Amino acid sequence: MHELALAVNILEIATEEAQAAAAGVIRRIVVEVGQLAGVENEALAFCFELARNDTPAAEAVLEIVTVDARGRCSACDRVQAVGLSVTGCDECGGGLEIVEGRELRVRSIDVD
Amino acid sequence: MCDTCGCNQTTSTESRTLRVEQDVLGHNDELARHNREHFAARNILALNLVSSPGTGKTTLLQSTLSALRDQVPAAVIVGDPQTSRDADRMAGTGAPVIQINTGQGCHLDAGQVHRACHQLDPEPGTVLFVENVGNLVCPALFDLGEAARVVLISVTEGDDKPLKYPTMFAGSDLCLITKVDLLPHVDFDVARCRDHARAVNPGLECLSVAATTGEGMATWFGWLEERRHQVMSQR
Repeated sequence: MHELALAVNILEIATEEAQAAAAGVIRRIVVEVGQLAGVENEALAFCFELARNDTPAAEAVLEIVTVDARGRCSACDRVQAVGLSVTGCDECGGGLEIVEGRELRVRSIDVD
Repeated sequence: MCDTCGCNQTTSTESRTLRVEQDVLGHNDELARHNREHFAARNILALNLVSSPGTGKTTLLQSTLSALRDQVPAAVIVGDPQTSRDADRMAGTGAPVIQINTGQGCHLDAGQVHRACHQLDPEPGTVLFVENVGNLVCPALFDLGEAARVVLISVTEGDDKPLKYPTMFAGSDLCLITKVDLLPHVDFDVARCRDHARAVNPGLECLSVAATTGEGMATWFGWLEERRHQVMSQR
């Protein structure tokens, strides 16, 4: 599953940042995962536990912050919650452009 | 205590938070951008073909490559967990083919496409087909630097597949409904499938094709020609 590749990427980013800050141990990694990012949180957590062995994050906690999906109506500008299926604007039926919910990023790390 | 070795200096072991704000797929996206720039600079039309395993990507490509032979330069990068069977099948079509074995990997990434392109070195004006690993989930996250993503679904699958795999269909530019010569034998409703596909991607164009009989293939070739023309006239 692709969550393993993502977990490896997360650990690489965290390790590089920790090394740049001359920190030896990573305690926590906070990641933002949008509802529409195509990531299964449980799979990501599982793969993280596999991938963190023998890294500076071997004991680290992975904190996943979910970002709700929101869209802006191209007709009336109203921003609203959206699901995986595209529906029209709640207010006027206009087309929705996704403005939040596709994130997949490392927000911060806690280091010693 | 001592000014020589610095043992009187203490380092803080307090936990601190470092802001990172980096995209997890940043490295892949950077390589994808590089690929995209390279393709644009050489007027190469790169297409990412995705589907479940067994939908007919390789058969479609065999027919397509035969049709393009001696008319339009073409090249193929094909990804499978194991074997070179797909590359072997396309060997007689006149187009150079590179097989990538992903092992336990479930998708191709921009780095693999980048390295394969160095090996292939496609000439300007080439149509580069990337046949992704058969998988409707994972490849959706990995930009390869393609000009368009083509999602295939065969009539032997469920016509509600677009609803079940919305991320893939929402991120695609063309949907090919394959094996339509089998429609008399299956329960697949083409119109319903198109409706489902447009529910998750209102702008998604859907074409019905049968690579083995040739049905609908002229329209697919027309789509290719139009896209290639767009790429060729971009400089």
